[in-house]
Amino acid sequence: MPDKPKIAFYWCASCGGCEESIVDLAEDILEVAQAVDIVFWPVALDFKRKDVEAMPDGSILATMVNGSIRTSEQEEMAYLLRRKSQILIAYGSCAHMGGVPSLANQFSREQILRYVYEEAPTVVNEQKVRPQPRHQYDGTALTLPEFRGLARSLDQVVEVDYYLPGCPPTPKLLKQAVLALLSGELPPKGTVLAPDVALCDQCPRKETKPADLQIHEFKRPHWTQIDPEKCFLAQGVVCMGPATRSGCEAQCIQGNMPCTGCFGPTSRVRDQGAKILSALASPISAREPEEIEKILGGIPDPVGTFYRYSLAKSLLRAKVTR
Amino acid sequence: MEDKPITDKLVTSADWEPLIVAFFCNWCTYTAADLAGVSRMGYDHNVRVIRVMCSGRVDPQFVLDAFAHGADGVLIGGCHPGDCHYVEGNYKTLRRYHLLKRVLRDLGIEEGRLRLEWIAASEGEKVAKTINEMVEQVRALGPLRLTRRFKEWDAELASFEAEARSEEVATHA
Repeated sequence: MPDKPKIAFYWCASCGGCEESIVDLAEDILEVAQAVDIVFWPVALDFKRKDVEAMPDGSILATMVNGSIRTSEQEEMAYLLRRKSQILIAYGSCAHMGGVPSLANQFSREQILRYVYEEAPTVVNEQKVRPQPRHQYDGTALTLPEFRGLARSLDQVVEVDYYLPGCPPTPKLLKQAVLALLSGELPPKGTVLAPDVALCDQCPRKETKPADLQIHEFKRPHWTQIDPEKCFLAQGVVCMGPATRSGCEAQCIQGNMPCTGCFGPTSRVRDQGAKILSALASPISAREPEEIEKILGGIPDPVGTFYRYSLAKSLLRAKVTR
Repeated sequence: MEDKPITDKLVTSADWEPLIVAFFCNWCTYTAADLAGVSRMGYDHNVRVIRVMCSGRVDPQFVLDAFAHGADGVLIGGCHPGDCHYVEGNYKTLRRYHLLKRVLRDLGIEEGRLRLEWIAASEGEKVAKTINEMVEQVRALGPLRLTRRFKEWDAELASFEAEARSEEVATHA
């Protein structure tokens, strides 16, 4: 019997949600497992890094890496898996665009370490001990990975062939991607494996978006009684739909929550935050600077809102003076 | 929007000169800049003017891209309120400008690096004055040098790549 195609999964700076989404294939995972050999998947299978190192280069058909790249170890693994795989897929928002972990790019490495190890209210660390990359203990050298200055998307570290967007990607998109891999009918390199239209196009509330949208006030979702039928923007609730790729089947919208942008922008857009900024600011009803400022005050954290999943891949990449 | 720095020489050389990218509306500020030219008004040469059909055409991406490619400042020139050739374009610019300024501030880019000015076709002098003021202001702020900063940020990666290569050489030796 000829060898089945080999598939690997790996996680970097991530929350584990992407791993969950693979398990969310439910019974379909059996079908996948029948068609392929999963040769590496630390969260579920007991293969180690040395097993990957022992594989010939290019012997894995496809590897799906989730999480952003924050440490030297994650970089090393990205390089290793790149070398061993014919196709490397950035799986989920963090690998795709830096994700939530890249919001930390608003702070310096020192600010982050000081807060986490010294200043956080739940931390007791009188001697101000910080993790060290190298330490001698009892005559043994102990090492830890380096914490890098920035969180990065996977393609800011190694070459990436495809992207599966989402926080996390839907099992449906994953299944489609696996089937495409097996059939060999793959789109051009660099493609994001989801429809290339804005979420508004698939939104069940599309009909209720006024052609002459006017925003008089921005309301925060948790302080607002949201009409479950009406376009969020028409209600003054920030919705990332206009600047976000579809493919999620509007799950958040159906749960009566606005889109937060996890699928990233469509292929024509280079900076998702700049695009939603345009979409939200242009229809504000005011014309005087003071009035405009007052309405904009309803968005307390524009960077955290507009770049929630994409700061690493934004045009500026980070706070430029950290 | 090509992925080339506007001019790396300017942002890396020791005798740094501010580089301002200006987006001027075809119907007013660009005509005013023409007027300043024909009237032989002198102004600082640090500005690179890009003509757009309306200040409302200035996508916030253009501004971020200009900074990311080495601009130290961005100037947008549009028609006075009420005078827009397309009726509403300049109001949309104004609203985006206010929000973009907040985003830029939160991302560490000083307020003085982005300016929006209403300049009518007859106001050649205002073009010269605005440019001179902005060049002075940006000169005082100093270089932004994002192209250089990006390289510095990624130096931590390059060292790892070199390490991997030397390891490979060692195993193949």
